[in-house]
Amino acid sequence: MKLITVIIKPFKLEDVREALSAVGIQGITVTEVKGFGRQKGHTELYRGAEYVVDFLPKLKLEIAIQDEMLGIVLEAVIDSARTGLIGDGKIFVTKIEQAIRIRTGETGADAI
Amino acid sequence: MENNIHALQYALDTFYLLMGGAFVMWMAAGFTMLESGLVRSKNTTEILTKNIALYAIACTVYLLVGYQVMYDGGYMLLGITDLNTDTILNEFALREDGFNGAAIYSPAADFFFQTVFVATCMSIVSGAIAERMKLWVFLSFAIVMSAIIYPIGGSWGWGSTEVLGLFSFESIGFKDFAGSGIVHMVGACAALAGVLLLGPRIGKYSKEGHARAIPGANIPLATLGTFILWLGWFGFNGASVLKVSDINSAHTVAIVFLNTNAAAAGGLIGALFMSYLKFRKADLTMILNGALAGLVAITASPDTPTPLLATCIGLVSGVIVVLSIVGLDKIKIDDPVGAISVHGCVGIFGLMVVPLSAEGTTFLGQFIGMITLLVWAFTTSFAVWWVLKKVVGLRLSATEEYQGADVSECGIEAYPEFTQGN
Repeated sequence: MKLITVIIKPFKLEDVREALSAVGIQGITVTEVKGFGRQKGHTELYRGAEYVVDFLPKLKLEIAIQDEMLGIVLEAVIDSARTGLIGDGKIFVTKIEQAIRIRTGETGADAI
Repeated sequence: MENNIHALQYALDTFYLLMGGAFVMWMAAGFTMLESGLVRSKNTTEILTKNIALYAIACTVYLLVGYQVMYDGGYMLLGITDLNTDTILNEFALREDGFNGAAIYSPAADFFFQTVFVATCMSIVSGAIAERMKLWVFLSFAIVMSAIIYPIGGSWGWGSTEVLGLFSFESIGFKDFAGSGIVHMVGACAALAGVLLLGPRIGKYSKEGHARAIPGANIPLATLGTFILWLGWFGFNGASVLKVSDINSAHTVAIVFLNTNAAAAGGLIGALFMSYLKFRKADLTMILNGALAGLVAITASPDTPTPLLATCIGLVSGVIVVLSIVGLDKIKIDDPVGAISVHGCVGIFGLMVVPLSAEGTTFLGQFIGMITLLVWAFTTSFAVWWVLKKVVGLRLSATEEYQGADVSECGIEAYPEFTQGN
């Protein structure tokens, strides 16, 4: 089992969700986050004084999948989230030690 | 028949003054919305409390003491409820210029109209000292301001009291129609004195001394507040004609409305232009200040300029206000809403351009009057703030300021997010 953590531009959420549904993913968790990478922030102006917006709003998606799905899911995310411009985001893949469905108590791959 | 016409004149002018006063009362809502829009969300409840409480305090204190100090209207308005119709009709009969003579109206309407001006003056102070002053200190200042500082300045400007027995404003040909100086500049002087003793908000200046932006939380509210003030100003200037019940007066009222509106529009355009020229952006908060600057500037003499001149006075004041806000920021006078620039710098400008259109006024006369009011309001306010600082301290603690005055002063957040429903 793998946990895929994806950082994307907020307006790409719908595209990514559709692409994931299309490859059979049945659940994702979305969090509104802020951060900076190579895109850094930008400056704005208020009453003549500049201020820097260091952290830009992004969305963090968490998707738990079975190992064999990894290639398809990564491809789906990359294709749907890419604009080709700076700030498109990142994907991190980590191992899941255990997964449990709370309602039934199923564990492992059955719980995903 | 003549008595009936006079009775109608009395009724109409009384009604006009009351409605004008109600418009000016509504300006308190304008100031409240403007200020709550330009502070951070953590100080919203406190700025709302401050504004509505200062309105109540100013009205009460002016009723008890201020009106007597300013116009000898009687402590606690004693006698204001008495009415003798025959005496009034007799006044009409003896009036110079007959039907076109000076307005005669209910003294209670006069008091109401005067009292809402005190509240306006106090509202100016609350924006400049926002986000860092203790609530009770501010409200204590409001008492002194409404009882003494504003009424004495007003008694010189609009009453006939001589300044320390030396000269009267009348003798120098001073004109301040509805209070560019007597109301707005005086309020700004009190604000400036407070800000100097209070210091800037934490985080406003970097270690190198550069001004940092502290963006306001709610720009739609600030815009609504400006619209409300713009509307209220028709009462402020329009009803300051004091009479509408003859052809001349009605015409003057119409001119005042026209010029007031023209100057506000000019001010907005001036600030829009200046903002774009300086920052390459249309900074809305500056543009809102520009409209208010136009209104403040025209207030000293809205009945005399041509509409074109009124527009130009507005335009220039819009430019002045942008330069003044940036300038004050540089010399570390932290004024979150730009009150000192809008009401102070532009108030002075408004007084000084009166002679361009008003007969019988001179630049020297306007200058002497302006300086007298400025020195009076600034020194007395400074003294009161200084005493308050020594006795109880003006500022919130750094922790309270960081948490926000909503929690420390009012115990209620304007936008509570993580509260339990039960």
